Amino acid sequence: MSTFIELLVGGISVGAVYALIALGFVVIFKATEVVNFAHASLLLVGGFVIAKTHPLVGFWAALLLGVAGAAALGALIEFAVIRRANVLSHSVLAIVTIGVDLILVTELTRQIGTEVLALGDPWGSDVLQLGSVNVPATRIAALVSAAVVITAFLLAFKYTSWGVAMRATAEDSETAALMGVRRGRVSMGAWAVAGALAAVAALFMCVFPTPGLDRNVTAVAMKAFPAAILGGLDSTGGALAGGFIIGITESLVGGYQEELSFLGRGLGDVAPFLVMIIVLLIRPAGLFGTKELARV
Amino acid sequence: MNVHDPRPPGASGLSVRDLAVNYGPVTALRGISLDVPRGAVVTVLGGNGAGKSTLLRAVSGTLRFQRGGITSGEVTLDGVKLSGAATSAVVARGVVQVPEGRRVFARMTVEENLRAGALGARDRRSAAEARERVLELFPVLAERARQRAGLLSGGEQQMLAMGRAMMACPEVLLLDEPTLGLAPLMAARIAETVREINAQGTTVLLVEQNAAMALSLASHAYVLEVGEIALSGPAAELAASDEVRRRYLGVGGDAGDPPVRPDGAAVRRPALSRWSA
Repeated sequence: MSTFIELLVGGISVGAVYALIALGFVVIFKATEVVNFAHASLLLVGGFVIAKTHPLVGFWAALLLGVAGAAALGALIEFAVIRRANVLSHSVLAIVTIGVDLILVTELTRQIGTEVLALGDPWGSDVLQLGSVNVPATRIAALVSAAVVITAFLLAFKYTSWGVAMRATAEDSETAALMGVRRGRVSMGAWAVAGALAAVAALFMCVFPTPGLDRNVTAVAMKAFPAAILGGLDSTGGALAGGFIIGITESLVGGYQEELSFLGRGLGDVAPFLVMIIVLLIRPAGLFGTKELARV
Repeated sequence: MNVHDPRPPGASGLSVRDLAVNYGPVTALRGISLDVPRGAVVTVLGGNGAGKSTLLRAVSGTLRFQRGGITSGEVTLDGVKLSGAATSAVVARGVVQVPEGRRVFARMTVEENLRAGALGARDRRSAAEARERVLELFPVLAERARQRAGLLSGGEQQMLAMGRAMMACPEVLLLDEPTLGLAPLMAARIAETVREINAQGTTVLLVEQNAAMALSLASHAYVLEVGEIALSGPAAELAASDEVRRRYLGVGGDAGDPPVRPDGAAVRRPALSRWSA
């Protein structure tokens, strides 16, 4: 039983991190209708900045720098690539983002090499013992931080002028323009927010029990993609639900893989994608997605 | 009443000069010139595809959303060029459009729609004031504040679309077929509101197919046909002209007119009474 609870807590915590990444996908998709395959590189940049700056300025300032760096990179991609290409179709832009991702990841991989970079987080490898259940402190920190960040994001999305402009643009960009909304600003803001969310996620993907930041983080980040898809690519609520579903699935399937060994090893890595396919077979627009949008 | 003498071109207000618009290879407008003096209600009449919405898109700077562009001519406000500016800049100068088909943000609440309308306002502080005025014009919006806009009736959505535009405190309001698809009573209510908005000092450019309603509101009218201005003049004169009566008010049939209904004579009378009401 305690194994189950440990796995569940671990899954919820990882799910919260996936939710952060998926939320970024969704924000960008809502604002620009572009599926951003460069998301993993935003994450990698955020993590890289934290790893490189924490020995110099301390962890918390490094975290801020990482968030700012990833946000700036997101805004830059929007400004330099996405905005220029606004005559192209959105599916072409999605492929363009693959190119951007490839360039950034290649460069960062070269920088990182074979190293595994520590992020200098204050939690280290502490393990909290709650009764018979052992939970790494980083997992709790991830859960709490993600909850705070997600709540702040949702409140901003609902109540600030930025959020209203964002939602108006997502629903009808031409009419939003008639209200005086600047589409460029909204879309750049969306990319920046997605970058910031990705940097926070990067932190928690690279702390204990993961050894640190290495070049394989982007592959891990890609698991947030099924989270966004199965929740519905245009639904913030869907991104959250999808994140948790994927996180818990992965954790439980990974934890019980001995019992599932007849299916072969490494099932935990495959499970998120299996869940995505099953959900899409039943609900083609995702759990909370808008049908018309998903058909595009 | 809003009887204004048409002023000479170049006076204060919205002015369109020799405007030509293309959508790719398709010419939608050619050589359009018209004036909307400050304080007036001016109407542009025309059937489907005449270029009415294109004209408003050219003023608001939203042609690019339809892959269109101005090929020659210009739009000015008080003598200062408006065409070529970003839509947000046009809104910031007080020229605000209510698009055809209402286009409310269906997934947002009525309140949020109104907030969206204030996003481009020049003065954010006046938003509360604007909101008060809008709710005075359309009390139903206050009752429905927390409902999703998509759940409103067609007439209520039109009111919301107009209220949303009024949140930006426009100096010039562009209305694209505000009575389209509305029941006659609701259309009359909208017309009344347009008159009220104008009386409070907002200049109105009204694009309509409902010529009877539009001519009763406007001081000056233009008739647009396949991208060109076919007729123009004081609204009262146009309303009395045989050609407009025949083509747009359903009065006095003509061999050249498509025989819409075989019992055309029977249709004439109610149409006539409606426009003269």
